[in-house]
Amino acid sequence: MASQARQPDERGHFGPYGGRFVPEVLMAPLEELERAYLEARGDPEFQRELDDLLRHYAGRPTPLYHARRLSDALGGARIYLKREDLLHTGAHKINNCLGQILLARRMGKKRIIAETGAGQHGVATATVAALFGLECTVYMGVEDMERQRLNVFRMRLLGAKVVGVDAGSRTLKDAISEAMRDWVTNVNDTHYLLGSALGAHPYPMMVRDFQRVIGVEARRQILEREGRLPDTIFACVGGGSNAIGIFHAFLDDADVGLVGVEAGGTDMALGHHAARFSGGAPGVLHGTYSYLLQDEDGQVALTHSVSAGLDYAAVGPEHALLHDIGRAEYTSCCDEEALEAARLLAQTEGIIPALESAHAVAEAVRRAPQDRDKLVIVNLSGRGDKDMDIYRESFPELDQGAEE
Amino acid sequence: MTRIGRLFERLRGKEPRPALIAYLTAGDPALERTPSLAAALERGGADLIELGVPFSDPVADGPVIQRASERALRAGTTLRGVLETAQRIRQSSEIPILLFTYLNPALRYGIEALARDAAAAGIDGCLFTDLSVEEAGDYVAAMRSRGLDTVFLAAPTSPPERLRLVAEHSSGFVYLVSRTGVTGERDSLSSTVEPLVKAMREVTDRPLAVGFGISKPEHAAAVGALADGVVVGSAFVRLVERYAGTGELERRLETLAHELAVALPRK
Repeated sequence: MASQARQPDERGHFGPYGGRFVPEVLMAPLEELERAYLEARGDPEFQRELDDLLRHYAGRPTPLYHARRLSDALGGARIYLKREDLLHTGAHKINNCLGQILLARRMGKKRIIAETGAGQHGVATATVAALFGLECTVYMGVEDMERQRLNVFRMRLLGAKVVGVDAGSRTLKDAISEAMRDWVTNVNDTHYLLGSALGAHPYPMMVRDFQRVIGVEARRQILEREGRLPDTIFACVGGGSNAIGIFHAFLDDADVGLVGVEAGGTDMALGHHAARFSGGAPGVLHGTYSYLLQDEDGQVALTHSVSAGLDYAAVGPEHALLHDIGRAEYTSCCDEEALEAARLLAQTEGIIPALESAHAVAEAVRRAPQDRDKLVIVNLSGRGDKDMDIYRESFPELDQGAEE
Repeated sequence: MTRIGRLFERLRGKEPRPALIAYLTAGDPALERTPSLAAALERGGADLIELGVPFSDPVADGPVIQRASERALRAGTTLRGVLETAQRIRQSSEIPILLFTYLNPALRYGIEALARDAAAAGIDGCLFTDLSVEEAGDYVAAMRSRGLDTVFLAAPTSPPERLRLVAEHSSGFVYLVSRTGVTGERDSLSSTVEPLVKAMREVTDRPLAVGFGISKPEHAAAVGALADGVVVGSAFVRLVERYAGTGELERRLETLAHELAVALPRK
């Protein structure tokens, strides 16, 4: 498969990163998952069923939209938005969930578990579990449950059980730890539907493959619309699945700049952000070796971002390799820049982005005035419905009189 | 041969019996207390101490050891501090010590440096919960070059070819996980213990210790009839949690260790 030429080695390493660092209980199940996935990937019937679901259930292909008013307002680059926010459930997460649920069914698993940060992956998992009639439990940090209440209710309405995790930073990191503990315990009948290009092999490869459709479509669409490839692609990076999903089809196009945007939080003190490349060092968390925010004793650091989906201490291993070899550039936007970018996009284009995606928009906005004549794509990975409480708190001037 | 190897050799001698292996999270409630707690376990009859290095994200541990890790980290415990504490235990005891840790603190410390400093502290071997044998090549070489044992986990989900790999990479003993799941006490023993011990005996002659979910004398008796070592962790750690603020912690630990030790079958 030439289009998937860039693969990790047989033990799941992207250069020095990746691999499989888990308790022995999970080693054989991961081997089984890898075998099942590779078999499914080569099975035309599996691909046909997945394509059919992506098209008729999730709503692919998503539009590549020329954001003229945003472009004009910044007076520079021509900005296109890859509209993953228009997918069913409101974010790119459904791409991966559909792939993995088909795989879980193929493997005869009866029960699905997942972690969620912002709740988008949890909602997408609860959705596909409902669609396939499988029992579903989603782990979520109690702090994230508080700030993404609407998504907690959505998951419950979809029939999933949401388990609050009241440990550590009470965010995504702790939700993943708890999901891993569940998986270690119930591995025989349970599939862990991991939501990002993270974790032990084969997850980073498999999740990327399921998200790769974003870039494959975007590449075709921009050629149709503009007759040339973009100069730069922007995507936010939490675990990094939407970013690797759009980057991957462009990796061999050396002139296309790839920019991953991490959460800069409030400031660059350890614990106040989730900028792993500028603030972290390689280490092992949740089964993979990659850039990790940690203290000098190797304890994983707390993180902060206004965006729950970017609020995580490690980054997917393939991004670590792309960073080291210089194929992609990684930068960060702070909470305030992301919020302002969201407001700008809402008021110029009538599109309210998810807070995660607003980080990618913010970086494009920052560079656009100098990028005159450049053609750029922003991966708008999710929509902002879930973030309305935070937007309301952040823009009190827009909310006056609403309560009276 | 390390103290671990000599222990199992001795226990296979004239009056054979299984070893009692006791786990403690170092630094819970504080590193200054750890040597005294280890001494209490030894007085009660523990044959080997597993000294746990607290980690911020202990995915293989249940709530009891998770809370112990949080207490230890809040008390300022670091890997360096744990090594110094092991050295203090070694000053007054020849009990074998196995360092039990997640990988990241060791990576940060440096694997070569850890092997050097652990050997200098009188530690006999290491077990990394989240290090698979596939990723362990450099680590095993570093530990062996300092004369330290490397203990790996085998699980009920491990097929025969993985059991063989785990045994090949292990020295001192092989640690069998009694069931799928995290650490913590259970009311009954898992039915997977016996088939796992049998399957492992077919691929190795190394001593086999069984852990996870063993907390009561009757568990120790049953597992001891099958294996060469019985590991008890959360039951001791729970005593630390409950009695750390009282004057009776050491006595409680010693008593439980004694109850477990006398329950082990003489073979």
